Amino acid sequence: MPKDGSVVRLDGQGKPLWLVLELTYRCPLKCPWCSNPVDYARDGEAELSTAEWKRVMREGRELGALQLGFTGGEPLLRDDLEELVADASALGYYTNLITSGVGLTEERLAALKAAGLNQIQLSLQSSDRELTDTLVGARAFDLKLKVAHQIKAQGFPMVLNVPVFRHNIGQVADILALAEQIGVDYLEFANIQYYNWAMVNRDELLPTREQIAAAEREVQAARERLGDRMTIYFVIPDYYEGRPKACMNGWGSIHLTIAPDGAAMPCQEARIIQGLEFPTVRDNSLAWLWNESPTFEKFRGDAWMSPTCRSCDEKEKDFGGCRCQAFLMTGDAANTDPACSRSPHHHLIGEAIARAHAPGRKVQPLVMRNDGNSRRLAQGGQGGGGAGTGCGSGAARVEVDHV
Amino acid sequence: MTDITAPSPPAAGDRYVLNPMYLFRWEPTQDAHVLLYPEGIVKLNQTAGDIIARCDGHRTVADLVGELQQRYPGDDERVTEGVYKFLEVFRAKGWIRRQA
Repeated sequence: MPKDGSVVRLDGQGKPLWLVLELTYRCPLKCPWCSNPVDYARDGEAELSTAEWKRVMREGRELGALQLGFTGGEPLLRDDLEELVADASALGYYTNLITSGVGLTEERLAALKAAGLNQIQLSLQSSDRELTDTLVGARAFDLKLKVAHQIKAQGFPMVLNVPVFRHNIGQVADILALAEQIGVDYLEFANIQYYNWAMVNRDELLPTREQIAAAEREVQAARERLGDRMTIYFVIPDYYEGRPKACMNGWGSIHLTIAPDGAAMPCQEARIIQGLEFPTVRDNSLAWLWNESPTFEKFRGDAWMSPTCRSCDEKEKDFGGCRCQAFLMTGDAANTDPACSRSPHHHLIGEAIARAHAPGRKVQPLVMRNDGNSRRLAQGGQGGGGAGTGCGSGAARVEVDHV
Repeated sequence: MTDITAPSPPAAGDRYVLNPMYLFRWEPTQDAHVLLYPEGIVKLNQTAGDIIARCDGHRTVADLVGELQQRYPGDDERVTEGVYKFLEVFRAKGWIRRQA
């Protein structure tokens, strides 16, 4: 018998344990923190076909993938979602649907259940109808609540994902009460990560340190009150941590995302990084993309690291933080993530916080995610793009334990 | 149905059951039992897998200890201690629940 139940991190043994399929960038909502590329609306390659997605799933399983996420955009806009879920279940994946809830009906829920879908992650932006509908640019609040109850009625494990930012951070207690009433199993408060649309709107969205501390106190009180009934995650914003997040458990370590056009990426945001090429599953096998492509090799190990990271005693813990954030804020993806207090660029974080909360700063309207803004931003040179879960939670929470 | 009050250590007559949120199965690519749950993976070592496989709501802790002692003969006391410790850790992690 082993001595105890101690937990150590599993490195995936080189396997892409997590496969995330961004089935489409299309979405009925217009969330201004969306993690899809800001230039998603530019003319590009067509979305992968049903047969192409099936091939990706089969090859992913052969490489050892266990978890499969269907996301977007809004994955329910794909008519073949149920067919893909059934195929994934047969292959042996644990299947996660990450959705806004728009387009989810009793019929589709029943069909998804029959297809073997394991769990549903529903996004909710506020406990207030008017604020929700304003923030997402559509009448979504009532629908989301209805869908939440239907998801539970079908017996799905349910994650309620709440992207957290300045407009809703004061509502943590109300959202907790709502989640309790619905019977949510996992409640995830995900402080949004500042890439893509959230980066465009950062001055308007970034909360203060005091707001985050108050929200965290509410979460702690709820954890004590609710005990085992609900698991509550509170994903800390790295801007206020001083330590970088162990983004994706390291580049090309366990996470593989496929964009709607088939581009293979180490994370949902990676297309932000200029100078990297992202070959697609249309032209390459998943095995080559994962094991051999220069893009996935680029930031594995520590040879690429700056002296700051390479000499750091925490490099095995946080892998130097996030490559995308390093690129976005310093212009070089190989730099130490500026969220790290040891980064020579850490002052950029402080400056961003100060700018967002400067006394007398004129409040700007949120730049909503829509086709018009996307084309405008694409022309303005914002972006290269990335891709995302569509809920702004980015990749902060990835749990892999080994007991 | 489940214990939401302050947790107490496992007792010989307690019965544990897998949290229905978790999927427990053998995974050939890991050569191990795994627990899969929303956006999470736990790879279990052999004994952890042996214990969770027996958290079926029917077997008592005493049954479980007896079976594990047969499976790992030689040091009954250590096996007993290990089972109790694992059950406590697993319950704290939310993987298994004690039946009321």
